[in-house]
Amino acid sequence: MSVPWSLTAAAWPSGQVPADPGGPWLPQAAAPGGADCLVANDWICGAYLRTRSHELLAATVQHLGITAASVALGLLIAFPLALLARRRRAVAGAVLGLTTVLYTIPSLAMFALLTPVFGVSVAVVITGLVLYSLTILVRNILAGLDAVPAEVREAARGMGYGPARMLFGVELPLALPAVVAGIRIATVSTVAMTTIGSVVGFGGLGNLIASGLQGFFKAEVLTASVLCVLLAVAADLLLMAVQRMLTPWTRPRAGSRSGGRRTRATKAVA
Amino acid sequence: MDALTGAWQWLTTAANWAGDKGVWHRLAEHVQISAVCLVLSCLIALPVALWLGHIGKGGALAVNLSNIGRAVPTFAVLVLLTLGPLGSQGEWPTVIALVLFAIPPLLTNAYLGIREADRDAVEAARGMGMSGPQLLLRVELPLAYPLLMTGLRSAAVQIVATATLAAMAGGGGLGRVITAGFGNYDTAQVVAGAVLVAALALAVEGVMVAVDRLCDPMRGRRRAARIGRGPGERRGARDDDAVAIGGAA
Repeated sequence: MSVPWSLTAAAWPSGQVPADPGGPWLPQAAAPGGADCLVANDWICGAYLRTRSHELLAATVQHLGITAASVALGLLIAFPLALLARRRRAVAGAVLGLTTVLYTIPSLAMFALLTPVFGVSVAVVITGLVLYSLTILVRNILAGLDAVPAEVREAARGMGYGPARMLFGVELPLALPAVVAGIRIATVSTVAMTTIGSVVGFGGLGNLIASGLQGFFKAEVLTASVLCVLLAVAADLLLMAVQRMLTPWTRPRAGSRSGGRRTRATKAVA
Repeated sequence: MDALTGAWQWLTTAANWAGDKGVWHRLAEHVQISAVCLVLSCLIALPVALWLGHIGKGGALAVNLSNIGRAVPTFAVLVLLTLGPLGSQGEWPTVIALVLFAIPPLLTNAYLGIREADRDAVEAARGMGMSGPQLLLRVELPLAYPLLMTGLRSAAVQIVATATLAAMAGGGGLGRVITAGFGNYDTAQVVAGAVLVAALALAVEGVMVAVDRLCDPMRGRRRAARIGRGPGERRGARDDDAVAIGGAA
């Protein structure tokens, strides 16, 4: 898989902290007082942040890349699966059953099972995360489409909407809140699970946690963990903002919530 | 295919099953710590959830707990606990991490179960003069049973998954077979370990489903009620949604 961030990752062997912490562009001598916390192995260490900022940045970029690729690919696969499942109830049972089974398999085992297929590469991590995200995405897309009121569908059909226009013009906009809710859950859990990719050396911030464990480096572990949680929260908030922008009709207005929804639904038809 | 035959060979070699690093010992470690932690987290989460659900308070906490649990990486918590002061205390870091990650699905589902118990039934029971504890034990709890069991199942699966990760932070369990395989660049062992872990997780899920069926207080009656209610699909949809509350690790 030739993805841009695999370059960053390749220059960055698993579990290895570069011996020289400071990049050439950084002032080499961190203030002697500031390095004390590195010697004392404190949990919180400003000197660590200063001297290893490029390493933290590279790990964060890899983390974001893996998460974004996984959720995007998951969505690309989940969408046709959900449409297919909606058409045929037999397919729905199979898809939901299979994704639930996949969801039950612990992530370490999932990555281990995928390793002989893809070798030790970022594809192992992304494939595993895509499989997990499918469970959540397919369920939510299905739930969203199922919740479209039958009368709205009838009205659209009466106005001469074909299946494709009905799907993209009426059903999907109405299903969007549920779909985005699924994307949010999938993204947040993918950010957290990416760390486990460190077993194959592609875990983003998880690599720093693993190397911190090996070197008993507390500041590295805590910083990477906090960054990871912050990434999850930031991604969640971002997606929430995107959903608000895309679905202005779900914002509570003077009228009741369902009332607002109804008006917009008719508007979408018109 | 090479990996599969290699894994099969690894699994059929008796030496890999015996001894302190053998599969039997690792499996015993895994099952033991998982069972202890499941009981511990039930003891902590269920009373709180039942009480909160009964008095109808703390809903935001119960729901947000699941969201927080999802955002926090299991691996990070395991490593932080291992490097922390508890790190030298044997299995404690693993136990604490397992319990922490099992509480959200248990608490959220149990709370929602009690909260969403049919209000008409609860009102009727109150009208019949049932006391608070009677109401909780004889009406709300049986009605909350499906969601309660969903939470228990999610928690059990979560615990088994997290216990696997404990191997990455130096703990025991079947995950050790996988991490040792990665350490030795032994693909056969990695795949064999993964197959064992996946089989254990699926077996636990299967056992929980069986327990769910066997213990159902409304066995036989619930189905009739569902059909009679007409739009009974809602109930089923809710059960499915709640599965997602768990979160893999």
